[in-house]
Amino acid sequence: MNNSRRALLCSTAAAAATAFFGVSGRVLASMEDVDKMIAEFGGGAVVEEAGPLQLTTPEIAENGNSVPVSFVVDSPMTDDEYVVSVMIMASDNPSPDVATFHFTPASGLAKASTRMRLARTQDVVAVAKTNSGQLFKVSNNVKVTIGGCGG
Amino acid sequence: MAGKKPRVKIPKSVAAGDIITIKTLISHKMESGQRKDKEGNAIPRDIINHFEAAYNGQVVFSVDIDPAVSANPYIEFATRIDEAGTFTMKWTDDAGEVTEHTQDVSLKG
Repeated sequence: MNNSRRALLCSTAAAAATAFFGVSGRVLASMEDVDKMIAEFGGGAVVEEAGPLQLTTPEIAENGNSVPVSFVVDSPMTDDEYVVSVMIMASDNPSPDVATFHFTPASGLAKASTRMRLARTQDVVAVAKTNSGQLFKVSNNVKVTIGGCGG
Repeated sequence: MAGKKPRVKIPKSVAAGDIITIKTLISHKMESGQRKDKEGNAIPRDIINHFEAAYNGQVVFSVDIDPAVSANPYIEFATRIDEAGTFTMKWTDDAGEVTEHTQDVSLKG
């Protein structure tokens, strides 16, 4: 009895989550889409892993509606050497793009934070582009437990 | 959309050359365009798609925002302050409506 009640609760919560994101019966984004976006973003330049880019996301996000994400790129941020933009993507959302941040040398520090929506457990990818065209990529896995029923 | 009053937090006293962190928050439902109403009709997308911060008229930071950013978008960023001046921040939504916020920064001493 108790079990079925729990199961019902879970399926209701999952249905609510599905309704919110509208993902049922729809093809979600994939890592291929992410790679395509990176190629567009970087103009086909070689992507280095990590490097000076640090991406901070929670390991487990209880609420996929508001997942904190922040990053910082170690860069002198001078006129000669600075970070132009950083793109954040979520590989398994209905659409992978989350936000693209644009910096100038006057930013002083290439860092930013925001909060994003995640439809389910997935990889969050950040790519930083410097003024010389270098690309750095970091990918973090975030476990999303929408409705508290496990992801 | 009425009542979009942004909240912006900038350190009160700043020394020349400091890199300060600015926190912004604005009320907006950020309707993703992926949801459906009870009748199964798609709810049209309505989000803030661009944020821009300028200091003394020069753009120092901007963000292109996609529907995956949470409702009531929170944005935190940094700026190096070399002289006293004024921040102008602009949030633009899908309808083209711009919410603007200005705030002065004065230097220590």
